[in-house]
Amino acid sequence: MPTALDLLGVLLILANLRLLGSSRLAACIRAVALQAVILGAAALLANLPDLDARVVIIAVASTGLKAGALPWLLRRAIRESGAVREIEPFIGFTASLLVGVGLLGLCFLIGSPLSAHVAAGSGLLITVSLFTTATGLLVIVSRRKAVTQVLGYLAMENGIYAFGMAFAIQEPLLVEMGVLLDVFVAVFVMGITIYNISREFDHIDTDRLSALKD
Amino acid sequence: MLWLLLLIPTGAGLLAMTLRRQARLRRWLLLATAAAHAALTALAWFFRPEPVLYGWLGLDHASLLFLSITSSLFMAASAYTAGYLRREPPRKTDFQEGLLFTDAPEARFVGCLLLFLATMTLVAESRHLGLLWVGVEATTLASAPLIYFHRHHRSLEATWKYLLICSVGIALALQGNFFLAVAAKGTPEVHLTIEHLMAGSRQLDPLWLKAAFLLLLVGYGTKMGLAPMHTWLPDAHSEAPSVVSALLSGALLNCAFLGILRVHAIMGAAGLGDFSSQLLIGLGLVSMAVAAVFIIEQADFKRMLAYSSVEHMGILSLGAGLGGLAGMGSMLHLVNHSFTKAMLFLLAGNILAAYRTKSTRQVRGLLQALPLTGPLWLAGFLAIAGSPPFGLFVSELIILKGALQGGHVLVATAYLLALGVIFAAMARSVLQMAYGTPEGAVPGPARVQEAWAVLPPMALGAIVLALGVYMPPWLQTALSDAARAAGVH
Amino acid sequence: MPFASVINVLLALLLAPLLPGVINRVKAFFAGRRGQPLLQPYHDILKLLRKGAVYSRTTSWVFRAGPVLGLAAAMVSLTVLPLGGTPAVLAFPGDLLLFAYLLGLMRFVTMTAALDTGSAFEGMGASREAWFSMLAEPALLLGLAALAVHTGSLSLSGMLDGLALAEIGGPGAPLLLLVAVAFGIVLLTENARIPVDDPNTHLELTMIHEVMVLDHGGVDFGFIQYAACLKLWALAALLTGVLLPPLSGWRPADMALGVALILAVAVMVGVIESVMARLKLARVPQLLVAASVLSVLALALVLR
Repeated sequence: MPTALDLLGVLLILANLRLLGSSRLAACIRAVALQAVILGAAALLANLPDLDARVVIIAVASTGLKAGALPWLLRRAIRESGAVREIEPFIGFTASLLVGVGLLGLCFLIGSPLSAHVAAGSGLLITVSLFTTATGLLVIVSRRKAVTQVLGYLAMENGIYAFGMAFAIQEPLLVEMGVLLDVFVAVFVMGITIYNISREFDHIDTDRLSALKD
Repeated sequence: MLWLLLLIPTGAGLLAMTLRRQARLRRWLLLATAAAHAALTALAWFFRPEPVLYGWLGLDHASLLFLSITSSLFMAASAYTAGYLRREPPRKTDFQEGLLFTDAPEARFVGCLLLFLATMTLVAESRHLGLLWVGVEATTLASAPLIYFHRHHRSLEATWKYLLICSVGIALALQGNFFLAVAAKGTPEVHLTIEHLMAGSRQLDPLWLKAAFLLLLVGYGTKMGLAPMHTWLPDAHSEAPSVVSALLSGALLNCAFLGILRVHAIMGAAGLGDFSSQLLIGLGLVSMAVAAVFIIEQADFKRMLAYSSVEHMGILSLGAGLGGLAGMGSMLHLVNHSFTKAMLFLLAGNILAAYRTKSTRQVRGLLQALPLTGPLWLAGFLAIAGSPPFGLFVSELIILKGALQGGHVLVATAYLLALGVIFAAMARSVLQMAYGTPEGAVPGPARVQEAWAVLPPMALGAIVLALGVYMPPWLQTALSDAARAAGVH
Repeated sequence: MPFASVINVLLALLLAPLLPGVINRVKAFFAGRRGQPLLQPYHDILKLLRKGAVYSRTTSWVFRAGPVLGLAAAMVSLTVLPLGGTPAVLAFPGDLLLFAYLLGLMRFVTMTAALDTGSAFEGMGASREAWFSMLAEPALLLGLAALAVHTGSLSLSGMLDGLALAEIGGPGAPLLLLVAVAFGIVLLTENARIPVDDPNTHLELTMIHEVMVLDHGGVDFGFIQYAACLKLWALAALLTGVLLPPLSGWRPADMALGVALILAVAVMVGVIESVMARLKLARVPQLLVAASVLSVLALALVLR
């Protein structure tokens, strides 16, 4: 149903804005988990007339992984490192929100002409997917804590996945599973590294990791 | 055979991780797997295997070339590693800052090394661009623990930078893959395999294809070390153990290059070859310029080698972009650079162990103190800087000839300028290191001049020298086949 | 029909002081107390109207004009507000701007009256009020713009007439929800409610609205209280107009429904006041920017 997809798209935008504007790390993790849930629901809804096993497997696996396992990993990393809040980012929280709105406008400009290429109903999804990727990049670039950067990476991956869904790109099951596995292991390795960083440095502020330079 | 090439290292890697206490068994496993992989690769030259897994895994000429380089480097590296691991004490003092640190568990190191080999094999064997992506990301993940072998804060910082920058870049490459899939929506079957894309290249939407190439270039270029996405390279190479640096520079950067070449070939087939060529040439020149600037007065010889890698990746990109004769030159350069850089990094490991410092200013009198490593180091520098009689001279000359033949005079001028600056800068550091009287604490020759420490670099150097002097015809055919398969002919 | 619209205004004038009573009752319920009688605000206002006022020598006519002008503005704003599907008395295209700026006028005269006292506390309250209202204004205006584009009408009565919650399955639902949330935040801001301002605080350094009216007494203060009630009613009517359920078409029932919804909004405000703490002053701009962002999003959804 087109409207349900639209509603999910709006929810996704709100989750992105939450990610941009929130300083509490737990809230940021919840926002990214919400993104994954929304995308899983959208994947199922978009294919509702002809639901086959492949779609269900991918949707369930990706939601379980990105909304369940990975947030759990990151929450553990936060707990070990003792960090609770994000320090004021390089461009400030309110400014981040405003830049995010600007990016949203840009994505609308780019995405609206592209909606002619897709099946009816996913027009908003293209814009939202580009916005999610852009939000992820903005978070990676402007935040200091390592955990937030990992969340930005996850948001980027969510955005790219949403883009694939909007254009109904059917990658083979093996490749989709491979991508999911890669993302999972990536966040896993990043989580372990964050744990080591917090043990070694007593903080997870990547801005202060500046021993190596020319 | 393709399955064996993948599964043997994977199985061995997982097995090695479980062998926590049997050190000798682990090292033998490493050597045996490397030998088996090399043997299978050599066999593939004679009995070309058929594609498997719906045609997603296969070896064409370019894949075989890249795979052979990887395999032979891994052989040399594993020989070095076996001795290196036997020699390393469990708790060490950091040379630069004097702090105590431990190493990561050796089982994890060996296991990740083998998994690294498996993932690089996957990249070389992939005929499906999605699977290629999975392989490239997997190499990042397999090599990150390798960089964090010496557990101190600098290597941790290098690991984090490597992980994050490469993962973000590769995520952009995934976006590029999806753009490619959208571009392919006009073709009868939307498959991201190289065969399908090349066959249906005329029906690919040009705008989406260009955007896809841009993203894939930036994404895989991050992994390859092209400036300005190279910022993880010097840190990772200087802090990782020398063996890992050798493999990263010699094998991993090539894998990323293979990814870019695949898409460049598709662009060429679709008639957009000019667009992709210009981008490749541009990024190549920028990489060379950045490397030239940062090599001057570089205080750390491992960082110097890392920037040299950036430079040579730039040369590869330049050659691939110019195409034709320069394209073949870049294939030859690939082989030469991989062997030379691996040799140099292994030698750097020896120097580090002997002098306990990474500073180019403090190392003196190499030729006197280390009678085997020193001359090899000097020879390696001559090779990497592109002087005859080594192979890199030939390949760089071919690329220059290709540039001038194609009328790109400005490009050729910039190319020569960068090469000249790098030669002068590296010469200053290396000659200062080689001559003079040794000052740093140098242990007896026996320790560092053991067979495992000297024979692998010597073998690699000999190959590079041989390639500079004589080009066997079968190699020439293989290189031009590879160039054609990679779309740079 | 003008007669029904006049009933609208009369209902507002009569029932507005009921809203603070409901809010206080809800808060008392959450606190486990019995609380003030529901009609307490009426008694308070009538008591104040019987009292005299003391005027400082540093004030001028501005100070005395403030409450009167504020009350006048509030009353006029009621004349452009529809209720329960009944159009307003003075509906005309563009009356949404009139509405927004009548609220602005109220704010302005209150601030100038506060500044006129020459006291530091009132000035501090005025500057905070100015800052927060400035941030909340885009939320209100852009939300109104989104509704105007969506319904194609530039009049409040026309707009709120065209909306119905039956659209929850239709394409307009996300738009309405976004605008409703934005208007909700604006309501809390303009009426000095938690999480923006605590109406019960007695510490001047933490006050925003309370401190501006600190020096008024007697009849003036009575006017101010009554005008605040009317403002709350007006914004609540706007909010419920956006979220109106399907109307039955029978005027008395619809108007009763509208009043009931406004009382429900008051209950909601009471609940919010009871379960949330006030935001740190430095975090309020973030909340207001978020509200503006929601309005922008609604506008973008409508314009795409």
